[in-house]
Amino acid sequence: MTKEELKSAISLSSPTVTYDESGEFLTVLITPDDLLPLMNILRSKAEFEFDYLFCLTCIDWKDHLMMVYHLQSRTHQHCLVVKAKITDTLQPKIESVNNIWKTAELHEDEVFDLFGVTFLNHPNLRRLFLEADWNGFPLRKNYTDENMIKL
Amino acid sequence: MTLLGENHITEEGQFVINMGPQHPATHGVLHLKIWLDGETIKKIEPHLGYIHRSIEKMCESLTYRQYIYTTSRMDYLSAHMNNQACALAVEKGLQIEASPRAQAIRVILAELTRLASHQLWWAATGLDLGGVTPFFYAFREREAINNILEETCGTRLTQNFVVPGGIMYDIHPNFQNHVKQVIKQIKDNFHEYDEILTGNVIFQNRLQGVGYISKEDAISYGCTGPTARASGVSCDIRKQFPYDGYDKIQFDEIIATGGDCWARYEVRMAEMLQSVHIIEQLIDNIPEGDFQTKTKAVLKLPKGEFYQRVETARGELGVYLVSDGAATPYRCKFRSPGFSNLSAIPHMAKEAKIGDLMAIMATVDLVIPDIDR
Repeated sequence: MTKEELKSAISLSSPTVTYDESGEFLTVLITPDDLLPLMNILRSKAEFEFDYLFCLTCIDWKDHLMMVYHLQSRTHQHCLVVKAKITDTLQPKIESVNNIWKTAELHEDEVFDLFGVTFLNHPNLRRLFLEADWNGFPLRKNYTDENMIKL
Repeated sequence: MTLLGENHITEEGQFVINMGPQHPATHGVLHLKIWLDGETIKKIEPHLGYIHRSIEKMCESLTYRQYIYTTSRMDYLSAHMNNQACALAVEKGLQIEASPRAQAIRVILAELTRLASHQLWWAATGLDLGGVTPFFYAFREREAINNILEETCGTRLTQNFVVPGGIMYDIHPNFQNHVKQVIKQIKDNFHEYDEILTGNVIFQNRLQGVGYISKEDAISYGCTGPTARASGVSCDIRKQFPYDGYDKIQFDEIIATGGDCWARYEVRMAEMLQSVHIIEQLIDNIPEGDFQTKTKAVLKLPKGEFYQRVETARGELGVYLVSDGAATPYRCKFRSPGFSNLSAIPHMAKEAKIGDLMAIMATVDLVIPDIDR
């Protein structure tokens, strides 16, 4: 499906979402509450069939955190980006998508480790790279460490 | 409470042992916690971070010219392809394209790197499964490739030869002759690879039917590269999203359907010959012209997001750049092939014998700095 076709097909099943078409892929902007219902539709409906989650990450925009999911369909070869805005930066929470794509489990561990986002219903949420008692989340913009050198 | 890294027995009588971080078969500092019932693997939990350098954080304070060179240290066996991905992402942001000459040289170097990487993989697979001799056969050719890379790029492993808009220098005058020599050497000697390892019945029995993963699971676990293609997933980025002129080159995407270690072995072996085929088409047809498109001294990407994927020796590498208009990336994410391929290993190895784990890890071809970043 092209960008336009994807857009009209998604609007039919979830009319509340907004779009950003400036980038290479069509981007769908949602709230964390809409994440699981939308992702389930994108994965299971035959016209979308986004079976491959090729990138899962987070961006710290200082006043909010943005979860970014890059999806591709191996059958139809179309791509889509889903972004969920988390406004609570002190205790960020979002549903885990590991029941839909198994690769999400390790990727979500990584985001938890480096951004501090808690994933609800995750089977084994743990700090993947850093020690369990590490202070702070390094990829946040406000992260400081006494050993850091200011350039 | 048991400490991480402590071997113990659970209440159900399962042995919990730790493989790594220092273990010859993990090819680096990978730590796997393994739950065993006798010799049968019940569960595997990977523990990472022993070589985590937070390259993504580092990139946030480096310019778009500098950040390319940190990525040579991720997947050090596909260093050139990592650099290529980063440069292509910047080029996408600047809306420029490398000159035809630079593109052809990039592709030749990428395929030479892929050959060298697959040869090391082949050597290490033999070594992991108990054969030392293949190592010397593979390194004979790998040495010749590394000499070519050293001659043109200055380094043998971390080439750092790609810049946004092209390549750093023009090729060495001897480049084409030496590449033709090494291509002939590989083609002449390739039957020896099959004779010493592929045809060995003991080796075949160690791989056939071991570490099976279905097509659906391979997609769901995000497997890419030869690991996914061995399960019948068509996922070659060079075919699906061509870059640097791969769309004008004739080559086959190697797909097998076995899904086991043997299929992964066969896919990689066939890929080596495809790389040779690609180089043969290009080596006499490198276009004349500039090797670099002129760019400004300080590169600034427009506000926005740029995603570039390339096919490294291990699978799909994604570079996700988020720019706020400054001279450094606001956020830089590397979607490394090894990270997703690793997540499939606990699934592949479930109910396998502990000895088969070596074969599974060898054929998935993990590079640990690529996973940890």
